[in-house]
Amino acid sequence: MEENAKKPGLFEEGGPLGFLHSTVDAFETFLRVPGTVSLKGAHVRDSVDLKRIMIIAVLSVVPAAIFGMWNVGYQHALATGTTASILQNFWFGFLRVLPLYIVAYVVGLAIEFGSAQIRKEEVNEGYLMSGMLIPLIVPVDVPLWMLAVAVAFAVIFGKEVFGGTGMNIWNPALLTRAFLFFAYPNQMSGSDTWIHLKKGETMIDGATGATPLSYIREGADALTNCGAQYGTDVWTMFWGGVPGSVGETSVIAILIGAFILIYTGVASWKIMVSSVAGALLVGWLGNLGGDAIPAYWHLVMGGFAFGTVFMATDPVTSPQTECGKWIYGFLVGAICVVIRLFNPGYAEGMMLAILLGNTFAPLIDHCVVERHITKKNKKAKIA
Amino acid sequence: MSNSTIDLKKGLSIPVSGAADRIVSEKLVPDTVAIQPDEFKGFLPRLLVREGDAVLAGSPVMADKKNPEILLTSPVSGTVKEIVRGDKRKLLAVLIQSDAKQEYVDFGVQDAAAASADCVKSTLLKSGLWPAMIQRPYGILANPGITPKAIFVSAFSTAPLAADTEFTLADECKAIQAGITALSKIAKVHVCVPCSSSAFAKVKDASVHVVSGKHPAGNVGVQISHISPILKEETVWTVSLTLLSAIGKVFSEGKLILDRKVAVTGPCAKNPSYIETIPGMPISLIGKMACPDTEVRFISGDILSGKNVGKQGYLGFFDNQISLIREGRDTELFGWAKPFRFNQFSATRSYFSRLCPKKKYDMDTNLHGGPRAFVMPDSFYADVLPMDIYPLYLIKACIAEDIDKMEKFGIYEVLPEDLALCEFIDPSKNYIQSIIRKGIDLMLKEMA
Repeated sequence: MEENAKKPGLFEEGGPLGFLHSTVDAFETFLRVPGTVSLKGAHVRDSVDLKRIMIIAVLSVVPAAIFGMWNVGYQHALATGTTASILQNFWFGFLRVLPLYIVAYVVGLAIEFGSAQIRKEEVNEGYLMSGMLIPLIVPVDVPLWMLAVAVAFAVIFGKEVFGGTGMNIWNPALLTRAFLFFAYPNQMSGSDTWIHLKKGETMIDGATGATPLSYIREGADALTNCGAQYGTDVWTMFWGGVPGSVGETSVIAILIGAFILIYTGVASWKIMVSSVAGALLVGWLGNLGGDAIPAYWHLVMGGFAFGTVFMATDPVTSPQTECGKWIYGFLVGAICVVIRLFNPGYAEGMMLAILLGNTFAPLIDHCVVERHITKKNKKAKIA
Repeated sequence: MSNSTIDLKKGLSIPVSGAADRIVSEKLVPDTVAIQPDEFKGFLPRLLVREGDAVLAGSPVMADKKNPEILLTSPVSGTVKEIVRGDKRKLLAVLIQSDAKQEYVDFGVQDAAAASADCVKSTLLKSGLWPAMIQRPYGILANPGITPKAIFVSAFSTAPLAADTEFTLADECKAIQAGITALSKIAKVHVCVPCSSSAFAKVKDASVHVVSGKHPAGNVGVQISHISPILKEETVWTVSLTLLSAIGKVFSEGKLILDRKVAVTGPCAKNPSYIETIPGMPISLIGKMACPDTEVRFISGDILSGKNVGKQGYLGFFDNQISLIREGRDTELFGWAKPFRFNQFSATRSYFSRLCPKKKYDMDTNLHGGPRAFVMPDSFYADVLPMDIYPLYLIKACIAEDIDKMEKFGIYEVLPEDLALCEFIDPSKNYIQSIIRKGIDLMLKEMA
């Protein structure tokens, strides 16, 4: 008997390096689709898996990431009064953003691999998307150790304690940002955060690092002040040559991502559309109440577009039901603009709006499903 | 009779290659057939024969322990060759050696139109065709002691490569009509046809419904949910069209005739076509129809919900299809990362297979991924389930073993086969049908 018992391999359960089983499996299945066959039930399966869905999601963010890197360099050049070519600007930004990516992925994936091993599961691909988003929603100058702490917090307390990807309540990438925002507010807001300056560099006279959104808080007059530096017309804010978090500024790049997500069906267009509708409605009500900012500006300013397309549509933390998606998207858009209109201390509302939306998503679903069941039972009684 | 038209938008037709040509390539007369009690959910077998006993087609072989009137009978005449038992002496199958004379037990020719409900029931019980009736909820052996709300017959199947009933049963319309007339004595009969020009659209003594759409429009569970949903404490019975024709013949000819045309299909079938045979036929008889040099999975039934019986297995009592597909045990370098995978199908747009809708794929049994927690939302799964339920909520209630929620989210309305497409498209590669099966088993245990 004992001779026949197969010795566990080096990385298999019970083998000498068994504690690396999930990690090795993750790398192996990353390279090759395994030869596992269906054991029961449906004998054939769709060729789609979570790896494919996640890679599409990651690809959809790439245009925004590339633009963001270029914009880091461009804003630096504007603020210091130097001139640089497109490639030079991109390279400048790339070198600033790359460390953020390395930190976000190394810290986050290490925790994912570790917890998958503890749960004896395969590593879930969900973090690939979170790690792609995190560097794009923080200021470029965020200290790396802060980012590491924030990522660890978000992945452990936002995801793993609930049971990993698929079980989490809040979007892990946004939790990272929320942690940074509340733990280290000085590094996360104000006009010095959004433009990277090397040691010893100073801004030229009249230049500022303030974003259009923070200017608007001071009134429309102030907005024209920064026009000299980066232009604050809607078109500039649309194509993205303004200061802000790395990936959030260019609506064009984000729309390319939105197209990929909607075409492939990876993200829900319903959430995107209703979020825009919610923002426009509240913005319009704000106009009636005397706010000077045209409602549609909210769509191109700050993190609204980025949040709507990439973060609010996370399939795990958004509602499960079609009807719930409409409600949730509308709430996210509306709450975002409400925060922008009424909160003097903090100009941006998208992060809190989505986290609030995530919190209420199960409740929205619950109401939708309950209502459906009540209706169905009534119909059955009549029939 | 009242007629209605139901057009289902949701669903998915899986473009797998190997559809059977509409010809009967062979008539297979097996010299051994198997009767397998496990096929009948809720049947606790008590053996009525011993090895060496002589039987006729229609002679009882097993009876249900709880309800001894329910019999399983032999489809052929001959002798009991072997009683196959598994662990703890569990009865797996009774093998019957056929004598090739095919002599029948005479049940007496009856006019179905003149028979009473009790008479219909007793004929079905003694002929061994009672187990053809499946009781919902739960998909179990029908209880002869109750009267169901209705009896449903799906006259077509939309399952991948399913046998075309317009071909297999076109010349059995008379028997089918006799079967419907007989069953209509027990309860109202609903027949669902794919289009109004169907050969079975003109049956009498039943409500005919036209149900059109992609798979699972042909699943009787889906049809029930649109015509007369099952509520708590209600039961309906279902019977397949193939077995309905056998029921008809018991009345019109007085004999148990289970002969049927069976589609041999799938990418690994050399000449996908129909064979004429009887249930319990050893699958090895069609071994020569499978591609050589590959490891083939022999499935009695379709590729979504059929049973992997292996080459040594037997054709199931309910099945009129055998699917042959390759075991996809090979790995694929960078499979998920390739921009194109021309030879693989995906219902999602994350690949480009939607751009060539006519293409048929040589599918295999590879999972194309590893098991994960559910990530995609309920609406993703609901897209292939034309029923008024939230599939993911039901699945999660089953996983949580929460009886109240299972009841609320529609466990009465479904059988695992209805959610087979959810399992097919699931990027998290869960065994959804098995989860639903466990949920149903739990309900059965709790409600008993």
